[in-house]
Amino acid sequence: MAWEIVVGIETHAQLLTHSKIFSGASTAFGAEPNTQACAVDIALPGVLPVLNAQAVELAVRLGIAVGGKISRKSIFARKNYFYPDLPKGYQISQYEIPVVQGGSLKIVLPEGEKTIRLTRAHLEEDAGKSLHEDFQGMTGIDLNRAGTPLLEIVTEPDMRGAKEAVAYARALHSLVRWIGICDGNMQEGSFRCDANVSVRKVGSNELGTRCEIKNLNSFLFMEQAIVFEASRQIEVLESGGKIQQETRLFDTEIGETRAMRSKEDAQDYRYFPDPDLLPLVISEKEINRIGSELPEGPESVRKRFVDEYHFSMEMAFVLTLDRVRAEHFDAFWKQLLELTANVDPIARVQAANFAMMEIGAAMGRLGIAVEEILPDRLAVLIARVLDNTISHRIAKEVFSAMLAGEGAPDEIIEKRGLKQISDSGAIGKIVDEVLAANAKQVEDYRSGKEKAFNSLVGQVMKRSQGKANPAQVNEILRRKLKAT
Amino acid sequence: MLNSTVTELSDALAARKISSVELTRLFLDRIKGLNGRLNAFITVDEERSLAQARVADERRSGGRAGRLTGIPVAHKDIFCTRGIRTTCGSKMLATFKSPYDAHVIERFNAAGAVLLGKTNMDEFAMGSSNETSHFGPVRNPWDLDRVPGGSSGGSAAAVAARMAPAATGTDTGGSIRQPAALSGVSGLKPTYGVVSRYGMIAFASSLDQGGPLAKSAADLALLMNAMAGFDARDSTSLERPAEDYTRSLNDSLQGLRIGLPKEYFADGVDADVLARVSEAVRWFEGHGAKTVAITLPNTGLAVPVYYVIAPAEASSNLSRFDGVRYGHRAKEYTDLNDMYRRTRAEGFGAEVKRRILIGTYVLSHGYYDAYYLQAQKVRRLIAKDFTEAFARCDLIMGPTSPSTAFALGAKTDDPVQMYLNDIFTIPAPLAGLPGLSIPCGFDAKGLPVGLQIMGNYFAEAKMLGAAHRYQQATDWHLRAPKEAQL
Amino acid sequence: MFLTPAQLHRIALLARIAVSPEEARAVTDRLNQVLGLIDQLQAVDTRGIEPMSHPLDTQQAVQQRLRADAVTEPDLRAEIQALAPAVEQGLYLVPKVIE
Repeated sequence: MAWEIVVGIETHAQLLTHSKIFSGASTAFGAEPNTQACAVDIALPGVLPVLNAQAVELAVRLGIAVGGKISRKSIFARKNYFYPDLPKGYQISQYEIPVVQGGSLKIVLPEGEKTIRLTRAHLEEDAGKSLHEDFQGMTGIDLNRAGTPLLEIVTEPDMRGAKEAVAYARALHSLVRWIGICDGNMQEGSFRCDANVSVRKVGSNELGTRCEIKNLNSFLFMEQAIVFEASRQIEVLESGGKIQQETRLFDTEIGETRAMRSKEDAQDYRYFPDPDLLPLVISEKEINRIGSELPEGPESVRKRFVDEYHFSMEMAFVLTLDRVRAEHFDAFWKQLLELTANVDPIARVQAANFAMMEIGAAMGRLGIAVEEILPDRLAVLIARVLDNTISHRIAKEVFSAMLAGEGAPDEIIEKRGLKQISDSGAIGKIVDEVLAANAKQVEDYRSGKEKAFNSLVGQVMKRSQGKANPAQVNEILRRKLKAT
Repeated sequence: MLNSTVTELSDALAARKISSVELTRLFLDRIKGLNGRLNAFITVDEERSLAQARVADERRSGGRAGRLTGIPVAHKDIFCTRGIRTTCGSKMLATFKSPYDAHVIERFNAAGAVLLGKTNMDEFAMGSSNETSHFGPVRNPWDLDRVPGGSSGGSAAAVAARMAPAATGTDTGGSIRQPAALSGVSGLKPTYGVVSRYGMIAFASSLDQGGPLAKSAADLALLMNAMAGFDARDSTSLERPAEDYTRSLNDSLQGLRIGLPKEYFADGVDADVLARVSEAVRWFEGHGAKTVAITLPNTGLAVPVYYVIAPAEASSNLSRFDGVRYGHRAKEYTDLNDMYRRTRAEGFGAEVKRRILIGTYVLSHGYYDAYYLQAQKVRRLIAKDFTEAFARCDLIMGPTSPSTAFALGAKTDDPVQMYLNDIFTIPAPLAGLPGLSIPCGFDAKGLPVGLQIMGNYFAEAKMLGAAHRYQQATDWHLRAPKEAQL
Repeated sequence: MFLTPAQLHRIALLARIAVSPEEARAVTDRLNQVLGLIDQLQAVDTRGIEPMSHPLDTQQAVQQRLRADAVTEPDLRAEIQALAPAVEQGLYLVPKVIE
C-alpha cells in the first residue's frame, strides 16, 4: 500500500527594517550580545510597545504580491509562555485576525507549475537566542534578536513530499527578496522554515496526525528532514503504532528528527488581545500606494518570458529566481530584439540561452555581480554572434575581455581582430595549407575514417585563430577533399 | 507651611517668602518624624531631593520658574525613577533601580518639581488597604489602627499627614479615589489615555491610569497640567491639544445637572457616609445645580468584571518578573522551571499570586470565552450605562467608598469582602471615565468621608471646577489629623 | 465553575508559581471564593454585544499609531545588566536549557 506525504510550511521571515518592531533598537546582525537590547526589548518594568510603520508596510507588500487579502483592521495578541529568550513572558503576535489572509504562490516542478495556497501571514516579534555553550554549567541569553520584526507565512497542507516543500520554500525565498522585505539569509536565521509533516494512504482525503519539524535552516536540511520524518511516521504506522502530535527538532549531525524536550508540556498560550496596542488599521489608500510601488512579481515575469519571449519554462524559472537578474536579462533581451529584428526567433532564443549560461558562469566562477555586465553591451555581443561576425567560441573570448574592462564588444572584436573570416578565398587558402601539411589525416578520411575530418576542421580553425566561419570551413573542406 | 496647598506654596516660592531648599527640608524633616509610625514612604533620598531643590531655586533666580518649580512632590513607588529605587511595593523589585524615568516623572522634572520620595503602596497596586505591601502596611493618619485605603495608600497618607503637599498615584479600580476618601484628601483619576503609562509599572493595562493626590481640587488641576499630555512611547496615550485643567475652576454651578445613581445610594453603604454625601449634594443644589435621578443598572456586575479583566491582564503583565534580567531570583533551584517557580513564589506576596492564578485560569484554554470574553462584553454594558446617564446629566455624584477607613486586618481574610468595597470606584475605569474624590465630612468616629464626582470623557476640568466651588465654601479638605495622635 | 486542587496544580505550573502541598488547600479555597464572585457573569445575557478591549472605543475610532522606522535606542548594556542576577560575557545566565 502506498503512502502519500503531506506537508505544510510555516516560514518566519525577518523583515528588513532598521529598528525593531516595537522599539527603536537596531536590528543589525552580529552585534556584541545584548548591546541591541533596549529597555523595551528586555522588558523592563513600565515599558510599552509602539509599532514600527515599516514592518507593516513590508507585510502589506507580501500580502499584495501573493494576492492575499489585506486586513483593514488586524489585532495584536499576547501569546503567553515562559522561556528565557522571551523577556516579557509573552510574544506579541497576531492571532485571530492576521494582517494578510489567504493568497497563493506558484511553484515550478518538472511536471509543470503548481499552486500552493497560503493560509495567512501575520506580524510578530522574534525571540532572543539561547547559547548552549557552557557558562558555568548555565545557558547564556542574548536578547539582541528579541523584538526583530517577523512575518510568519503559513501555507495550507498543499505540498506532497519533500521536493514540493523545497520548491515552495525556494519560491517564497525568492519572492521575499524580490519584493525587498527580507534578505533571505538562512545562515543568519533571517528566513526560517518549520515543516508540518504527516502521511496518509494514497486516495485518503483525511489528514494524518502531523509533527512540526523545527530548525530547517537550509533547503537541503529541509529535504532530508521531511524524507526522514515521513519514513519514520510510515514505519510507526505500518508497525501498528500511532503518531503523537509533537514538535520535533532536526538534528543535522545525524540527519534525524527527535522530539523537543522543552516543548513537552502541553502548551496553553492563553492568547488575548494585547491591551498595550490598538487595532492596526490599514487604509485602502495605503494598500493602493504600496501596491503601485511593488515591482512586477516573479510569477508574472516568468509568464512573460515563456509566453512573449518563448523561453523554456526551465530557463524562465532560473532567470526569475532573483529580481536583479531577471530585470537585467529582461533589459538585455529587449535590446537584443531591437538589434536583431530580422533574425530567426529560434536562433535568437538559443543565443539567449548561451548568454544566460555565460552570465551564470561569470557570476559563479568569478563572483561578478550581474549589474557589472551592461545589458546593452551584452546585447551587441550576442547580436554579433547572430549576424555571424563572430562564433560562439570567440564570443566567450570577447565576453571575458568585456568583464576585464576592455570596452564594448565591437571595440574588442576590432582591436583583437576577431572578426569571423567568411571570405571563401581566405578560408580556401588555409584549407589548402592544412591539407598539404596533414597527408596522413587526408589518407585516413579517404579510407572512411570520419574522425579524421573533425581533426582537419580543428586544424583549420586553429590556424585561423578561431575566426573562420565554421559552416564555411566544413563546406570548403569537404569540397576540396572530394576534388583532390 | 505644612498645611498650605500647592497653590499657596507656589505663591510663597514666587514671592521668595521661602526657598525650595527650605520647603523641601521642612517636608523631609516631617517625613523623618512621622514615617516610622505611618510607613507612608518606602524610599527617601534627602540628598537627591535637596539637590533638586537647589536646582529649582537656581531656576527661579534665572527667571525660568513655573507654577510647580520647587514644589516637593511624593511619587507612588510604581513610577520608575532613575537613580532612586522603584519597588512597586514588592520583594520582587526590592532593590530595583530603573535606568529610566517614567513619563510622569519626566514631566515633573521638566516642571522643576522636587522628588520628595517614593510612597508605599499595595504590592503591584493590587489591594485596597495597603496591607499587601512587602514593606509593611501604611497606617491611616486619622487613626493609626486603620488602613489608609489602597493601593496608593502611601501617597494618600503622606498628603493627609502633611508629609508631602502633593503626591502621584495610579488608579486601576479605585486606587487613587478610595485612599483619597479614606485618608481625607482629594484625588483624581483622569480619562484613560490622558496620562502616559510609560514607566508606570503595569498592573492591568486597559485600566491603569496615573493621577494626582493633594489637598484641594485647585491643586489637582495644577498637578494635572504637569502630568497630562501626549507621549509617543505609549500607544494608548491620546494625541490631544494640551489642556489647562485650571480653566474651569471658577465656573458657575448654575444649571449644572448632577446625576445621582440610585445604585450608589443603596443598602450596604454606611449611614454616616450616605448622610455626608447627601449633605454635599444638597450644598450643590443650594448653589444652582439641579439633581437628576439616574440609574447605572449594571453597577453590581462591575466588581466581577473587574476581577476577570484585571487579573487576566496582570497575569500576563507580571510574567516578565522571572528572575532572569532583573529583580529577585531564588537562591536555590534544581532547573530552569524550578528557578522560575521558586523565584515567583518567593518574590510575589499572597494577593499578587492569587490574582496571577485567577488571571491564568480565566485566560486558559476552555475558559477564555466564558470568563474573559464575557467580561469584556459586560464591560461594554457598564460603559453603556454611563453613556446613557451622561445624556441626562453633566456630572455624577455619590460616595467614593461604601465605608470609611476600616481596621487593619479586618478584611485580609476575606478577599471578596475587600473587593466589594471597591464597588463605586471600579465602574469608571472599566468605562475609561474620569473620577475624583474630595473630602465631604466625617463619620461619627471622626474618619473622613469621600464624595465621588464622575464626569464624561475629558470632563476633568468641569469636575475640578465643581469640586473647587465646593471647597471654596467648605473646609473639609483643609482639616488635618490631630498632631497628638500621629 | 469550581477549581479542583488538580486544576490549581496545572494553573500554578502555567503561571510558574510554586504552590507547596501544604498551601494548596487554602489557596484553592481562596480562589474558589473569587471564582464564586466572578461566576455571576455567566448569568448575563450578552448576545450581540461586542467585547470591549479598549476603554475608549465607544468614543472614538481607536487605531494603532505607527512609529517611524529609525534606530533611536543607544546601547545601555552596562547599565541594564547591572540589574541582572547573573551575567557573563554580556549574556544573561539561566539554568541550562535543554531543547
